[in-house]
Amino acid sequence: MSGMNLSIPINAKTCHKELPAALLPRSSSKRARGKHDPGMTQPDNNNVNEQDLSQAEMMRLLVIVGRERKVEAFEMLFRHYSPRIRSFMTVKTKDRQVAEELMQETMVAVWNKAAQFDPARGNVSAWIFTIARNIRIDAYRRKRPVFEVDDPAFVPDNMPSADMEFEQAQDAGLLRQAMETLPAEQLDVLKRAFFDDVSHSTIAQELGLPLGTVKSRIRLAFEKLRSALEGRR
Amino acid sequence: MNINHHLSDAFLMDYAAGNLSEGWSLAVATHLALCPTCRRQMEAMEGAAGALLEKMPVEAGASDDSWEQMKARLGGLQAIEIKPEPAREAPKPAILPEPLRSYVGGDLPDLKWRALGRGAYQILIDTGDKHTQVRLLRIPAGKPVPEHTHEGCELTLVLAGSFRDGEALFARGDIEEADDTLLHQPIATEGEDCICLAVTEAPLKFTSWIVRLMQPILKI
Repeated sequence: MSGMNLSIPINAKTCHKELPAALLPRSSSKRARGKHDPGMTQPDNNNVNEQDLSQAEMMRLLVIVGRERKVEAFEMLFRHYSPRIRSFMTVKTKDRQVAEELMQETMVAVWNKAAQFDPARGNVSAWIFTIARNIRIDAYRRKRPVFEVDDPAFVPDNMPSADMEFEQAQDAGLLRQAMETLPAEQLDVLKRAFFDDVSHSTIAQELGLPLGTVKSRIRLAFEKLRSALEGRR
Repeated sequence: MNINHHLSDAFLMDYAAGNLSEGWSLAVATHLALCPTCRRQMEAMEGAAGALLEKMPVEAGASDDSWEQMKARLGGLQAIEIKPEPAREAPKPAILPEPLRSYVGGDLPDLKWRALGRGAYQILIDTGDKHTQVRLLRIPAGKPVPEHTHEGCELTLVLAGSFRDGEALFARGDIEEADDTLLHQPIATEGEDCICLAVTEAPLKFTSWIVRLMQPILKI
């Protein structure tokens, strides 16, 4: 990374004009076990089932890479994710070569950290996103402090977590399905935040919108995604 | 611990996306250490980002070259044995969670406070982030934080004791998002000094002229 000269100004955050939105925990009611019983699957989600399967397949591959260091399994992950990560990196760098290098860094990290992936706690695409995000943060020499789960002051979650792999894969499918139903203006804000790497106050400036409007788009989008996830718990 | 005041989706999303600067991120990450609810929200946001990543437009070609390059790198990497993380010594209970504890160089009893006057103390926290001012504040029990408005917004995370701001009570783990439209007057609750992490965008402007005069001297 030494050849890279990326000096990117960090955008100062500006205000939050609204009170924090009520952040509801996921309801703890019993989860729908749609995948065990084909008759129970929700209507019109053939698509989701396919995507679930491929998420389940990705999960299986990643677990194999973590446990057995199988290059063949890693190659399948690489063929699927590397073009997506390259596109993700290109959005910000605008430079194909830099994006290629950051993609390679990301996939090396995926290989190295595969054993740390816990299929009961998350889905593959979210996990790979966080790795790509961290590689991008490092490339731009920024710091992002993180909490530590081993810290004695850390407060663990005593809500039962989704402890089944297929449910995590199902979550990924539900999220993707819910994303499809978001209004374009809300989806646009999420894409700008996650891909363009700009804060919501910068998004407001770019779109020429009041900050409150952008904040409420974000809130509405995540309320919808959360209720999609709560629907099956 | 029962947290009643959480982060807004906008702040959490900026953190989940990785585009929140270091000073704000320190407050967000320290709140997340104490707040399972916000951690679940953040995980859902990362899930949404993963779903967007899956839908990223994919350019045809170039994949074989990339894979050959990757395979060459893996050749060197495969030798690396993955060791389990070394077992840490049994941790002592801590009041300040990570990542904050490392930033201030110790837990509450180890800290060296600087008097602000009127019984209040502070510790300025160095970050590489020039856009924010980050500090730990200790407000004596029953006393107000000097009345102030902000240039931009402020995040206040309670770590010990509690304060009231109008009707609302903020205790350990609670985080308050305030902005420059709000003239607020947090008052530490009786019985215990209130210790909080405060992140602001620019130096605070105090409304009392005497405090304003003192501001350059006190560096608050």
